[in-house]
Amino acid sequence: MGLQAYLTLAAIVFSIGLFGVVTRRNTISILLGVELMLNSVNINLVAFSRFSGDLSGMVFTVFTICITVVEAALGLAIVILLFRVRRTATADHLDLLKG
Amino acid sequence: MMTGDGTFALAALLLHALGFLTLAIVAPLRRLGRPAAFFSIACALGSLAAAVTAWQRHMGGAVSRLVWQWLPSQGQTLATVGVLADSDSTVMLSLVALVACLVQIYSLAYLSDEPAPSFGRYFTYQSLFAFSMMGLVLAPNLAQLFICWELVGVSSYLLIGFWYKKPEAARAAVKAFWITKAGDVGLLIGIVLLWRLTGTFDLTEMRVLVESGALPVAGLSIITFCLYLGAAGKSAQFPMHIWLPDAMEGPTPVSALIHAATMVTAGVYLLLRTEWLFALTPDVLLIVAWIGALTALMAAILACVQDDIKRVLAYSTVSQLGYMMTAIGAGFASAGFFHLLTHGLFKALLFLGAGAVIHAVHSNDLPHMGGLARKMPQTAIVFLIGTLSLAGIPLFGGFLSKEEILGAVWAGGLPGPFIILMIVAFLTAFYMFRVVFLAFFGHPPAHDHGHGSHTHPHDPPAAMALPLWVLALLSMAVGVYFTFTHPEPEFESPGWLTPAAVSAALAGIGLAWLTYERKIINAASLAAAFGPIRYAAIHRFWIDDVFEGIYNAVLLGFSKVVGWLDRYIVDGVLNVVSSWTLSSGDDLRTIQTGRVQDYVYGVAVGLLILLLWARWALA
Repeated sequence: MGLQAYLTLAAIVFSIGLFGVVTRRNTISILLGVELMLNSVNINLVAFSRFSGDLSGMVFTVFTICITVVEAALGLAIVILLFRVRRTATADHLDLLKG
Repeated sequence: MMTGDGTFALAALLLHALGFLTLAIVAPLRRLGRPAAFFSIACALGSLAAAVTAWQRHMGGAVSRLVWQWLPSQGQTLATVGVLADSDSTVMLSLVALVACLVQIYSLAYLSDEPAPSFGRYFTYQSLFAFSMMGLVLAPNLAQLFICWELVGVSSYLLIGFWYKKPEAARAAVKAFWITKAGDVGLLIGIVLLWRLTGTFDLTEMRVLVESGALPVAGLSIITFCLYLGAAGKSAQFPMHIWLPDAMEGPTPVSALIHAATMVTAGVYLLLRTEWLFALTPDVLLIVAWIGALTALMAAILACVQDDIKRVLAYSTVSQLGYMMTAIGAGFASAGFFHLLTHGLFKALLFLGAGAVIHAVHSNDLPHMGGLARKMPQTAIVFLIGTLSLAGIPLFGGFLSKEEILGAVWAGGLPGPFIILMIVAFLTAFYMFRVVFLAFFGHPPAHDHGHGSHTHPHDPPAAMALPLWVLALLSMAVGVYFTFTHPEPEFESPGWLTPAAVSAALAGIGLAWLTYERKIINAASLAAAFGPIRYAAIHRFWIDDVFEGIYNAVLLGFSKVVGWLDRYIVDGVLNVVSSWTLSSGDDLRTIQTGRVQDYVYGVAVGLLILLLWARWALA
């Protein structure tokens, strides 16, 4: 399997993540979509690192995973706070930005 | 040419300015009423003394100029202000000062029922008028003349509309202002064109230029015609005479001052001042003469059918102005000016006499009068003196001046206008004696109220009687003086002229006597004999209707078109643009859903487009 296959996989995962972010109504599902997109980037990094023999890609991936964890924790905290204030976690109802 | 002293003329002018400014600025004094009137009259008396002194100093042909620079432009002076005193202007100045002064004294009693503030307001306007008229008379250049000309128009407007709560008075004031304004446009154009031609506004410089023959005659006719338009508006010449009868809505002393003796003669005076210019354009002079004669005839016919005593006098004024204009058109401006002066005296007398009658009877209508000679003998005598002067009977004021005009028109080679003027002389005597017989002789009208009538006509109080007698005696004095000392005429008048003119006047008096006093000729059948003319005259020859039609069709039509353009084209474009902006904003607003996901979607799509663009367009 060549680099192409990994990149294709990453693209598919990214697209699924984006689709989830755009279409899901539950905020937690949206966060899951964001995680998927981040992980597709991780796949890219690992794949390039593996095929170019440069380990710095791997190191970057470890950083990214750490940041993803932090981001997930923050995101979930925001969702819980939102639920407390607005009594809902559905993205459609959170339209205070409306002009 | 001797040089005189213009200070007295200037003093006469400035005294009225002082009166006006004091009353205008010191409002408490004005609101007191009578003290304001006394202050104004004191100024008028001082002004009269100064004017007469100025006249005496300039009678022998001396000329004096007191001129200050004004409106500097590129190192030169564009216009000046000051006084130009010569024999013509100072005699006119004396007439204005005299009539203004007498009218103010008369108004003290005539308007004594007015509340104090409006009494003061009246005298403020009077002073403003006298100041502007004197400024016009003494103007050394056309720029100052035009300014004073307009000031005179404004004060005439204010005085006609003095009883501004009366709708007819307000309407008449606006009408007078607009009609004269229409003529003034011509005057302004004429002055500016003349300035372009000669490079100066100054009358003396212009005259030197004209007399040296340096002025191109081509195109001058348009200029003089424009000047004549202004004069025709002010002097109520056909067809712009229609404002003068309506102007009678003002207080009677105002009519005496403005619409008989002074302001309406401003047009004649302007033509006299620019006589040397008009002499270069004989074609325009011919127009002046014919329009003057037609005006005289038409106004005389109109005067015969009026029942309002002031309107008879108003049409008579129009008619006499036509006389003066005809003389000027015949090329003898001095004859017209002479009639202007005598007419100023006796017409002011007639108006003030009519005012005394109105004051006593509380009505303007001739049918409400009758038999007044017994109840108010003084008024009857002075009115009769004025009437005989106007009719041109020897020994009375208007005799010689009327003769001079007729002689001038004959000598000017204008047989048509001459015949018209002879007819007018007859008509003048007829309509004036009609007034005399209807108002002062015959029987008083039967009162419907029985004994309850509270009108007991009596002679006016001293403040009103004094001006009447002064004017009556002056008219007599002028008449007697000139009947026996004929001035050196500029032209040969035929020997049959005097008998012809006097017999025309006597015939008019006789007809009026037979009709309205002896009642041998039935007034109704006399009217029926002139059926169509009478019918036309009652409708004022439809001239007012023509003006109204023109106003409705042209001005209102144009206004409607402009209004439509403004409403639908100018406003329409703006409204469409603004509503389009609003609705597109409204539409665009809906893409702001407020949902985070839509924004993410937008970012993703935008990024995709950018990537594709980078891939295909930039590669």
